[in-house]
Amino acid sequence: MKVSLFITCLSDAIYPRVGEAMVRLLANYGVKVEFPTVQTCCGQPAFNSGYWDEARATAKTILEAFEDCDFVISPSGSCTGMIHHYPKLFENDAIMYEKAVKLQSKSYEFTQFLVQVLGVTDVGATFPHKVTYHPSCHGSRLLGVKDEPLALMSKVKGLEFVPLPFAEDCCGFGGTFAVKMSEISGAMVSEKSDHVKETEAEVLVGLDMACLMNIAGNLRYRNEPVRVMHLAELLYEGVKQA
Amino acid sequence: MSSGHGHSDGATVKERADLALNNDFLRKAVKFTTERLKGGKLKATEEHGNWEEWRERGKQIRLHTIAHLDYYLNLFVDNARANGVHVHFADTAEEAVHISLSIAERKQAKSVVKSKSMVTEELHLNHALESIGVEAVETDLGEYIIQLAGETPSHIIIPAIHKNRYQIADLLSEDAGEKLEPDTSILAGYVRRKLRAKFLEADIGMTGCNFAIAETGSMVLFENEGNARMVTTVPKTQITLMGMERIIPSWADLEVMATLLPRSATGQKLTVYMSGITGPRRSADADGPDEMHIIIVDNGRSLQLGDPEFQELLNCIRCGACLNACPVYRHIGGHAYGGTYSGPIGAVLTPSLQKNVAEWDDIANASSLCGACYEACPVKIPLHEMLIYLRRRKIESGHGDKVEAIGMKGFATVMSKSGRFKAALKLGKLGQKLVARNGEIRIKIGPLKGWNSVRVTPSLPKKSFRDQWGTMEAEIRNGLKEMDPDMKNRMEAIVKDRANGGGHGHG
Repeated sequence: MKVSLFITCLSDAIYPRVGEAMVRLLANYGVKVEFPTVQTCCGQPAFNSGYWDEARATAKTILEAFEDCDFVISPSGSCTGMIHHYPKLFENDAIMYEKAVKLQSKSYEFTQFLVQVLGVTDVGATFPHKVTYHPSCHGSRLLGVKDEPLALMSKVKGLEFVPLPFAEDCCGFGGTFAVKMSEISGAMVSEKSDHVKETEAEVLVGLDMACLMNIAGNLRYRNEPVRVMHLAELLYEGVKQA
Repeated sequence: MSSGHGHSDGATVKERADLALNNDFLRKAVKFTTERLKGGKLKATEEHGNWEEWRERGKQIRLHTIAHLDYYLNLFVDNARANGVHVHFADTAEEAVHISLSIAERKQAKSVVKSKSMVTEELHLNHALESIGVEAVETDLGEYIIQLAGETPSHIIIPAIHKNRYQIADLLSEDAGEKLEPDTSILAGYVRRKLRAKFLEADIGMTGCNFAIAETGSMVLFENEGNARMVTTVPKTQITLMGMERIIPSWADLEVMATLLPRSATGQKLTVYMSGITGPRRSADADGPDEMHIIIVDNGRSLQLGDPEFQELLNCIRCGACLNACPVYRHIGGHAYGGTYSGPIGAVLTPSLQKNVAEWDDIANASSLCGACYEACPVKIPLHEMLIYLRRRKIESGHGDKVEAIGMKGFATVMSKSGRFKAALKLGKLGQKLVARNGEIRIKIGPLKGWNSVRVTPSLPKKSFRDQWGTMEAEIRNGLKEMDPDMKNRMEAIVKDRANGGGHGHG
């Protein structure tokens, strides 16, 4: 079984610790993760902005990187969701379309893979902190990843889970939206931070570093002492502590 | 063509949104009501117990009807005419207005009472009626308030959502010539008394149409205030304006729509009144119009027919659930969208009806593509995808922003080869030395201006994941545990199932 990591350009460049947490956690289950280095970015920034030629040029690196593996795992519901758009993106190219459909069928967001494929919910972690969770839109709405992270957190010893009010509201990131419509985006992330603060949680977790970079950036700007991390990081840290 | 007389000033959605973002009254009022409606919907769909299945039924009914729209429109028209209704077709807004005014002139009408209708808003019919000296009176409470304020609706079903009750009390006090307390029952009581006289003296009753039933040529109205009942029973002449896509095949289909619409709109199991009207007054009827007209309006709708990316737009039942679910709408309200229809549906519908994508592109950009609209939609219209298609069509038609186009070319150049991506990371680490402090970038210039005005940006760490991979891989290979046989079997079964064309079980 060949399992390959789709790190996403953001985690590759800014949050390598998330990728590390994923591969080290999975190694505990005997899953030897491969990392094909030809991968770059899923192409979502171009795709969502309407530049589909540019999106295709980028998406090709992903299609090539993961052509011969059995499972693709990624720390982002949004970038995995982008792979779900590939058949549409390549609808006029029979060969690429077929590759796109194949890739979509084997692509998993990290917690999806852990829970649905490996059947793991208890990773044996201990994390004695008050934690709240922001379900990112693309992961939860487009991929349907809703129960998996909650199931994983429920098994972490010492973890006190506090639900985030209006959790399903978008954090306001939206890729280029945050730059093009920065005022609206700013209003959205400020509201999200208000809700995070209301929970009095020490830690905010999520499944998408783009959204978390947005919320963390705003919390930091406001000097709110909330630690923001990917669930993979929390689980890995919790396993090391256990 | 109707070019969206939104109330807010500002040339672009960004400018209009900035005005709204600085209006605390508006933001509080919109937030308060959308949250109430969203909560109501959630509760109603949970109580329903089988929402997803009914949602799918609703979608299938709409898909089927729109796919055979010519057939069902003909059936509807034949049946309506057999019921004694005068049916008219209007290709454009101008034609629809012309037909309406001709009827008003022929009837020598002095006043028209209207029940809530978005299509008449789309046509700017009130202005047209007033231009020939006919008084047009909105009789829905929210619409009445908006009309007094000289504004347009900022929500499909709650036209005055952006006003709080103190602002409404001020408006109505001015209308009444006396101070009215900001108490809902006092304010509604005043409007009810005032409108009673208007109903009695009106020559024409004008309505929209929630659903038109093809099998009997009937029209159906959903409402809560009883004003549409008055509009369709008191005046001698009734004019109903309907978008050409309002059709459903049968009364059995209405059961599904009547289940989906009120729950999605307000969280009600059913609206207070649901009226089915099949032709003008018959000799044995005590009341109702002697003459009834139905004007079927195209005004850009047929542009969607046969367009695989946008045809589903015609499935919309105008419930407003996408507005209530939308976090962007909550912050900027409806007028910022600049058209008759606001929120996610407006962001797609307005440019689609106009065919001038270039002019309306900025609304399609006012979305984070979070998909809350799609999730809320009772007939599952993929608005979040349509927004992307709109953006793409604008670029393809050569109306993109030139600077952004260069940026995207650069993005593709860097990201289409991993070596270039690696080089770019190296360059970034060098470049950020000028601006990064303690792992953070706070500078507010260039593309970081808006972002960093409420955020702090993390800087690039010393080593990217790909820089670390070699060492990490060697460590992992050494410490790798044996895989549990059950786990191995699960994985193999999934791969096998996939090869046999079985479901992926996810996504």
